[in-house]
Amino acid sequence: MNTIDIIKPENKVYGKPTLMNDNAMHYCPGCSHGVVHKLIAEVIEDMGMAETTIGIAPVGCAVFAYNYLDIDWIEAAHGRAPAIATAAKRLNPEKMVFTYQGDGDLAAIGTAETIHACNRGENIVIVFINNAIYGMTGGQMAPTTLLDMKTATCPYGRNVALNGYPLKISDLLAQLEGTCLVTRETVHTAAAIKKAKKMLRKAFENAMAGKGTSVVEFVSTCASGWKMTPDQANKWMVANMLPMYPLGVLKEKE
Amino acid sequence: MAEEIKLMKGNEAIAHAAIRYGVDGYFGYPITPQSEIMETLMEEKPWETTGMVVLQAESEVSAINMVYGGAACGKRVMTSSSSPGISLKQEGISYMAGAELPGLIINIMRGGPGLGTIQPSQADYFQTVKGGGHGDYRLITLAPASVQEMADHVALGFDLSFKYNNPAMILSDGVIGQMMEKVVLPEQKSRKTEEEIRKEQPWASLGKPANRDRNVVTSLELDSYLMEQKNVRFQEKYKLIEENEVLYEAIMCDDADYIIVAFGSAARVSQKAIQLAREEGIKVGLFRPITLWPYPSKQLNSYKDKVKGMLSVELNAGQMIEDVKLAVECKVPVEHFGRLGGIVPTPQEVLNALKEKLIK
Repeated sequence: MNTIDIIKPENKVYGKPTLMNDNAMHYCPGCSHGVVHKLIAEVIEDMGMAETTIGIAPVGCAVFAYNYLDIDWIEAAHGRAPAIATAAKRLNPEKMVFTYQGDGDLAAIGTAETIHACNRGENIVIVFINNAIYGMTGGQMAPTTLLDMKTATCPYGRNVALNGYPLKISDLLAQLEGTCLVTRETVHTAAAIKKAKKMLRKAFENAMAGKGTSVVEFVSTCASGWKMTPDQANKWMVANMLPMYPLGVLKEKE
Repeated sequence: MAEEIKLMKGNEAIAHAAIRYGVDGYFGYPITPQSEIMETLMEEKPWETTGMVVLQAESEVSAINMVYGGAACGKRVMTSSSSPGISLKQEGISYMAGAELPGLIINIMRGGPGLGTIQPSQADYFQTVKGGGHGDYRLITLAPASVQEMADHVALGFDLSFKYNNPAMILSDGVIGQMMEKVVLPEQKSRKTEEEIRKEQPWASLGKPANRDRNVVTSLELDSYLMEQKNVRFQEKYKLIEENEVLYEAIMCDDADYIIVAFGSAARVSQKAIQLAREEGIKVGLFRPITLWPYPSKQLNSYKDKVKGMLSVELNAGQMIEDVKLAVECKVPVEHFGRLGGIVPTPQEVLNALKEKLIK
């Protein structure tokens, strides 16, 4: 049997989601954004909501998320995505509205918008990429940066006296009455990706069912910012990030 | 709702006019002296009648970004605040200008800087017509001088902002916001359907149908050459607005020896001052810009060879006077009179200032 015989529709077991555009990605090798983008595309596609979804793109590395997912987008100012999503959803209750935000966006400059959108129980999904560093601006300290972790603005390691503690914002959001699902996932193994997709799907279903705000945190890698190879970054994440940000469901309302 | 005549505050008139205009959403944060706008909306419960969404945001920053989000969906959305709150909204206003989004922002000005006072002032003139937020952009600015105009400018502001895909501001103050006058409220307009929005605002992010490319509402363009082109296009649009949308009122200017230039509440005070002047035999006219941007420069310029002087009366230390001087190309003496920090001058004070500064 040659290759031509194998490439047949009935033999296809996996393909690129149709909502992923063919644009070459600008993300660094080893970055989690690409996989999370793909999962979102798959979920929207699986739910048949490509024509009724509005994505709110962040600042930072994922500012160009709109280049890769073939849906309508609104680009937000730093941190303001949950406010924009609030209005988009309230004015269009039948649409699916989600934000895509990094740790600086969601847990620093946009903390107020994040907390209040969650507390109001806006029927949106917040996708939260936590790689403990500011990627796009060149690897500075984030609210989620680990203690002793070196970044461009804490070159000797994050120090409590100087910089305070890492912010476990998802734990905080889970305390709010308005959130219906808060979960912490990762995409560094096939099994993790499968589980993350299941939780994302649940989050999007919650938004459409009017259950409140769903937050899906992805503990992620930033190989460039961390100055590691992709493989080292994954290993470092497991060894250092996951003890601080343990995976699993933090809150689920029935 | 049919057309109706009512007695109400300027702030209340804005709220009623907004509902009747068919506004889709109001997002605000309380601050004196404009809180009646949201209070009236909440009391009227328009979500039960027209479907209008009214939401108290957690901050002014959030409120203006809700406006950005609603506008990006092609909806008619608005917010209101007062000076310190408007400073917080400047980021969002700049983003709206950059993303070419329509929307209405209301500033019921109070005295500053900083927390200042809750009394009326016109100290945000520079902030509004010269910038405020970052980048080269312009904000369509309307200056009502009566409760009736507070209501009328809601429709005008939305119409202009949608015509040019640019945010518009009603720049008023605590005098006009709080005073009560008779107002004719317009007939109820219906809110636009999604189908109408998709047709009239094809750029809106409302969900991507299979037959068009995705819509992305953004102000970002990293290619400087393309960004320059975008800015050049913006400037062309602003020029078009300047050519076509200037509004002003000239009262007894034709035979005037002196002209008082004033907007909003200062114009109301000055209207009485020109009456007092005429009673004394001094021929004074009132030129009232209704659009502060675009500024009625050409129209004001037409008086430069006919008058002996102009007095810019403002509730600030002298801001609009720069535009008056530019308009008349410094070919006529232009002086400023203003009270600061929330004090409103009397008509007699205005007349005295005119005599002291120009007639001597």
